[in-house]
This record gives sequence, structure tokens and C-alpha cells, in this order.
Amino acid sequence: MPCKICKEKPVMQLPNSNIKLCKSCFVKYFERKALRTIRKYKLISRKDHVVTAVSGGKDSLSLLHFLNKLASKKIDFKLSALLIDEGIKDYRDGTIEAAKKFCKKNNIKLNIASYKEVTRKTLDGIKKQFPDTIACSMCGVLRRYILNKKSRELKADKLATGHNLDDEAQSIIMNQFRHNIALSARLGPITGVKKDPRFIPRIKPFYFLTEKEVATYAFLNNLMDKFKECTYCTESNRFVVRDMLNDMEAKYPGTKHSIVASFIEILPLLKEKFKDQEIKSCRICKEPCSSEICNACTIMQKIKTEA
Amino acid sequence: MPAVHLERENKTVKVKGLRVKEILKELKINPTTVIITRNNELITDDAELSNKEKIKILPVISGG
Repeated sequence: MPCKICKEKPVMQLPNSNIKLCKSCFVKYFERKALRTIRKYKLISRKDHVVTAVSGGKDSLSLLHFLNKLASKKIDFKLSALLIDEGIKDYRDGTIEAAKKFCKKNNIKLNIASYKEVTRKTLDGIKKQFPDTIACSMCGVLRRYILNKKSRELKADKLATGHNLDDEAQSIIMNQFRHNIALSARLGPITGVKKDPRFIPRIKPFYFLTEKEVATYAFLNNLMDKFKECTYCTESNRFVVRDMLNDMEAKYPGTKHSIVASFIEILPLLKEKFKDQEIKSCRICKEPCSSEICNACTIMQKIKTEA
Repeated sequence: MPAVHLERENKTVKVKGLRVKEILKELKINPTTVIITRNNELITDDAELSNKEKIKILPVISGG
């Protein structure tokens, strides 16, 4: 069956539908859908400085490619990139090079921060020190902490991430499984329960696009990298939930879309419920947090005292 | 028999099926988790192959 729009050779069948699209119609469809998300949820305003979190993998480079196109054609905003080097040998090195190459070619300012400069240790070093702790739980805390702090230092108005529909469906289900509704209130196409100048709002232009659609877009724009798994990924609970949802999706097409669509309907109620929650300042680093000492400083103290 | 290169496992296998959909079923691969290329061009699940053709199966999941 040819492309539904122009009858050319198809490259992709859209999720939960019989519609097939060719290369150029798919790229148009993809970019329109991301732009619709940006407009509907007011993710980017004129003159914003949008810092894009990049790893150098296909998802973040696809986002950077799309935003760069948008900044030069449709919306007048400033774009730069921020890469966090966790220090994972044989995994991150290759993607850092890909990010550098992409940013140089497209004339985008790339800022690099590392776990080493903030915690004095690489993730490999931290994992060696705490072999029984799940690397992903420490890594997630440190990455979010550094991304927020650095993007604020860069005077960002928004921090864009490559999260897609699959990522969001996983986060929603993981929070359900852990009975952590307060954490779900912080999800959505634009994060944050209430405005606070210490928090840079995180925006997700690919929120309603599936991982398969993002990979297709990446392939068509020559941004697909050689597949490589993080050394610590088998420790992640997220990967168990991801496989479970993909199995469900194969049996009951539309499952992931339904999870996210249902969530979007109740999100305003969740934000309302948690809007009065106090945002404190960490006693050590003064960064915003929900307890006396933030999770990142707790990890850093542990690294120091148990060294 | 068509040949299939599995990017994630970095290996090539021979398969009986002549349609992408059948091949994915034969290899027990969930179609929502991969994209498929032939001669470096994307093809859809209903594409048919000849006996001597080679396709690549690329994972869409990110590695970390």
C-alpha cells in the first residue's frame, strides 16, 4: 500500500492506524505534531532561551535537529545544548563525539558538565564505591540536579528534553506501581506544579510521538546512532516496565496512547492537589528540594563520608 | 532464504518468511520496538522480500 497522501513508497505505518506515509510526508507529519504540542501547551515563547539536554543519542539529536529547524523558520527563540557526561566508560564517549560533531555542523553552542566536576567522581567510580546500589537511581538524581542547576546558570527559560510518549507512559506506570502520585504531578508536556525561579521548566516537544516514530525521524535525518546499551541499564526498573508496556501494545494496540491520554485528563487535578506543597532550599547547596537536604547532596555526602 | 541482520545482537540470521511481518513473528520480535531497512531505506511491515534479499532490524529503544 503506498503513501496515503502522495502515493509514493511508504517508510512508516502510523501507530494504531492503517495509514502509511512516505519519507517527506512522514517528516511533515512528525514536525507538525511536535509543533502542535509546543503551541497547545505553550512550551516555547518568543525570545525564550531554550537549552536542550543532549546525550548525543538519536532521541536528543532528533530534538535538537527539530528545534534548530523551528528556531530558524517558525518561532524566534535562542537555542543551545547542554550535555551531562556521567562518566560511563565505553558508553558515553561515543555519543559525546556525536553531539560535538552535530553542534559544530549546525552552529549550536554546546555546554558540557560532568558528574566528576560536581561530585568529584564518575558514575563508574560511584558504582564501584556502592556496588549494591542501583546505578540508575543515583544517576537520575544527579542528572536532574545538574541539568537544572546548569541550565539556570545558562539563563535558560526552558530546558527541552527528548522524552517521548513511551517514556511518559513508563513514568506514569512506574509512579502508579510505587504509589508516588506527587511525582506524577510533575510530569506532563511541561513540568512543574508551581512556578519557582529556581526551577527551570522542562519541556517535551515529542510528548505525543512514539519511540518508533522518533527513531524513524532520526533514521530519515541520518541521526541514528549505532545501538549501544548503557553498562548499568539492566539494573533499571524502567526497562522492565518498558518491556511490559511494549508487550501490551503488541497485544492491545493503543495501550501507550491511552495511558498518556488518560493521564493528561487528570493532570490538572494532580497539579491542583499538590500546588501548596512547600519548596524548600537544601541546607547544603541551597538548590530547591522537598526536604532539608536535597537528594543530590545526600548522595554527595555519602560519597565523601564513605570514601 | 532472506538474510536478516539484527543490529542489537550484531548478528545475521537466515529466515523462512518472505514478508516483514512474518519474519518478525518468526524471530519473536515485537514490531513496536524496531524499524526495518532494505538497502538503507525504511520499509513497512507488509513489504515482501525475495529469497536472496537482506534486511536490517534496528532497535528503536534507547540504550540508557
